[in-house]
Amino acid sequence: MNRLQQLFKNKKKDILSIYYTAGYPNLNDTLKIAEALEASGADFMEIGFPYSDPVADGEVIQRSSKQALDNGMTLEILFDQLKDLRKTVSIPILLMGYVNVVLQYGVANFCKKCQEVGVDGCIIPDLPMYEYEEMYHTCFEEHGISNIFLVTPQTSEERIRKIDGLSNAFIYLLSSAATTGKNLDVSTSARDYFARIQAMNLNNPLMIGFGISDKKTFDSANEYASGAIIGSAFVKSLNENDVEESVKTFMKQFR
Amino acid sequence: MSYFVNERGYYGDFGGAYIPEMLYPNVEELRQQYLGIINEPSFQEEFKALLKDYVGRPSPLYLAKRLSEKYGANIFLKREDLNHTGAHKINNTIGQILLAERLGKKRIIAETGAGQHGVATATVCALRGLECVVYMGEIDIKRQAPNVARMKMLGAKVVPATSGSKTLKDATNEAMRDWINNPVDTHYIIGSVVGPHPYPDMVSIFQSVISEETKKQLIEQTGKDQPDYVMACVGGGSNAAGMFYHFIDDQNVKLIAVEAAGKGVASGLSAATTYLGKEGVLHGSRSILMQTSDGQVVEPHSVSAGLDYPGIGPQHAHLFKTGRGKYVSITDDESLDAGLLLTQLEGIIPAIESAHALAYLEYMEFKEGENVVVCLSGRGDKDMETYMKHFNL
Repeated sequence: MNRLQQLFKNKKKDILSIYYTAGYPNLNDTLKIAEALEASGADFMEIGFPYSDPVADGEVIQRSSKQALDNGMTLEILFDQLKDLRKTVSIPILLMGYVNVVLQYGVANFCKKCQEVGVDGCIIPDLPMYEYEEMYHTCFEEHGISNIFLVTPQTSEERIRKIDGLSNAFIYLLSSAATTGKNLDVSTSARDYFARIQAMNLNNPLMIGFGISDKKTFDSANEYASGAIIGSAFVKSLNENDVEESVKTFMKQFR
Repeated sequence: MSYFVNERGYYGDFGGAYIPEMLYPNVEELRQQYLGIINEPSFQEEFKALLKDYVGRPSPLYLAKRLSEKYGANIFLKREDLNHTGAHKINNTIGQILLAERLGKKRIIAETGAGQHGVATATVCALRGLECVVYMGEIDIKRQAPNVARMKMLGAKVVPATSGSKTLKDATNEAMRDWINNPVDTHYIIGSVVGPHPYPDMVSIFQSVISEETKKQLIEQTGKDQPDYVMACVGGGSNAAGMFYHFIDDQNVKLIAVEAAGKGVASGLSAATTYLGKEGVLHGSRSILMQTSDGQVVEPHSVSAGLDYPGIGPQHAHLFKTGRGKYVSITDDESLDAGLLLTQLEGIIPAIESAHALAYLEYMEFKEGENVVVCLSGRGDKDMETYMKHFNL
């Protein structure tokens, strides 16, 4: 059982995950932010490895990816930055990024490196489910890496069941079909959608993401899932001159 | 070996649908419906009628006599430049707008490089009364001003893409983002044979009218339906896909695809994808793209906005990898010279994109009596400023 699976076993509600981009705002902030997030009460975190063409992301994360790339960030450097991760950070860690970067690194190599540095899972939004299932599932499992799938209001029940079968940590429930950074609108239709998924009694717990920006939206997401994921709002709040302090300030509203 | 798409959307090792879950329902809806809709008799009837009376098809297959004399072969030009809106792009947008209507879509989005696909999309939206939003790189907006004005006049909203290289690649990203945020009522008319399955196949089917007509016209003019060569320029590769389509399985016909070398393949300012690229995933399909060792997409360069793209369609990647097609490249300067040459020998000012295909004739050796078809994908009106600057006109 990896750290992520352990977390969901022990905690059923109020789980807070924070996304940030590796190498942003400064190249060597990656580990500092991880440590500050753990100290401020995050339950787990998602570290994005930047990509030049991040189509699923909105403006804030796209800009942070661009700056990280300009700062010189690569997947190789990220793994190097994370090599001492587990000396100072104990909460679960996911890596998040686009498939081309993983393919160029080599999927087997990627899984091996994740295990070596203590990464527990990953989110690759444009990796097709059939390709994961047929080509990479075994490799991920052998290295104890949980692959996280996304579900949107338009995802069919049949597909959600299939995703549930392929998942072993949690399912990432998108609050709406949108790029990152849009505000959560807990409208009747969103509530119906969350309730519909809840009623499916899936094997995996649910985390809600996209549009969660503050305590209020976090609390409403919590009504329908084990917790929520915050990305753009956190990335926007980072102050490049005092990263640790800005993490603390942001996290105060939750913990 | 098949050079066409299989049931899962792959051409050999290339193709597929590498898309975030947010796009899955849209792409899946298309995948399930496109062949059924395209093959309906009522669709075909409407499509063909519009191609004939609105686009002006069939486009002529013109034996360019003076060009033929120069190169020592019978050089035929497939005159897509004579289509309404001035390029081959309209074949695909007519097809996709009819498809979008049958899918019940109310809003159309598109990306454009040179503006030819944007104009073609804005045109069909005006024709059918649908809302139209076109994403275009900020740099392309500046270098293709007449086409921007045309799109606006046709009622389209032109949205500048300000990220990355501010060209076609970024316009494509922005259009995909729009589609993610508007999943229900919007159809995305992709202009090239790129994107997730079924786009590459769908667009090549709509463009296959080019080779279908060419075959018939060749019989009329030469008595044979197989030329020795067919040639076309390749950015994403839609005019080439259309020009090759009905010749792909005729192994006697050599397929020549001409990419943009920009300032030269080794200059760092190039869009010669097969030369500089390697296998990877961009804009939803596995293909060949220009990228760093870390998988970051490299900014391309070409004097022609329509070829200024770091990848090629998956079918082209397959034709390249299997050796069925020959992929070559031509520099900015060579293409401009070829554009001037065609103008002065034949009285036809070609789009700089198409001039890339013509420029490769310089590198070919022909046996007597060989027949060559070059796809003249578009006309040069939109490129006058570039020609003027280059030749001090």
